[in-house]
Amino acid sequence: MIATPRFVAWLFLVILSWAPLAQAAADLEINTPAITSLKQSMQQRYGELAGFYASGAVGLTQDGLVAVRDPAAAPLAQRQQLNSLVAAENQDRQALYREIARANGHPEWESEVRSTFAQRWISKAAAGWWYQNAGGAWTRK
Amino acid sequence: MKTTTLALALLLGSVTAGCVTINIYFPAAAAEKAADKIIDDIWQLKQGTKPQTDQPQGEKK
Repeated sequence: MIATPRFVAWLFLVILSWAPLAQAAADLEINTPAITSLKQSMQQRYGELAGFYASGAVGLTQDGLVAVRDPAAAPLAQRQQLNSLVAAENQDRQALYREIARANGHPEWESEVRSTFAQRWISKAAAGWWYQNAGGAWTRK
Repeated sequence: MKTTTLALALLLGSVTAGCVTINIYFPAAAAEKAADKIIDDIWQLKQGTKPQTDQPQGEKK
């Protein structure tokens, strides 16, 4: 093959055409309809969960989910609701991690997505909330 | 001239390989960014009332 100027120009174009791909790889895709609707559902539920986080009835687990930590911290009348809220939240969270991995073409990333979230939920939690530390013990922020 | 072609072909090859590499390994920094964005939305932490403003100890690229 002879490197004619035209050929060289073509090669550069080919190389340049990769740039958007490299750019896209720098960010994870999180704007799919499934992820958006999970986010909305969790955002709505947060209105009900916030009080339980603050009172310590619900805590953040080290595996990126939530758990009933101390039912006694919630009024008796709300304890039933507490369990179903936690179950629904955990379903959404699992689905969210799965969807993010899938939306980026790597379903096998699910567990890594989950552990990334686990750290970030805890890191962004408000003071006074409870979370599980690396050893699994409940800790107050 | 032949060397130029070879060099360009090698360059193209390594660019391609680079893209593949980015896609195979879990992008930890991008995942943290994505997680932060989603958590901010769900917990509505955007309006400057963040509980705290810490940075992950994570590797900055």
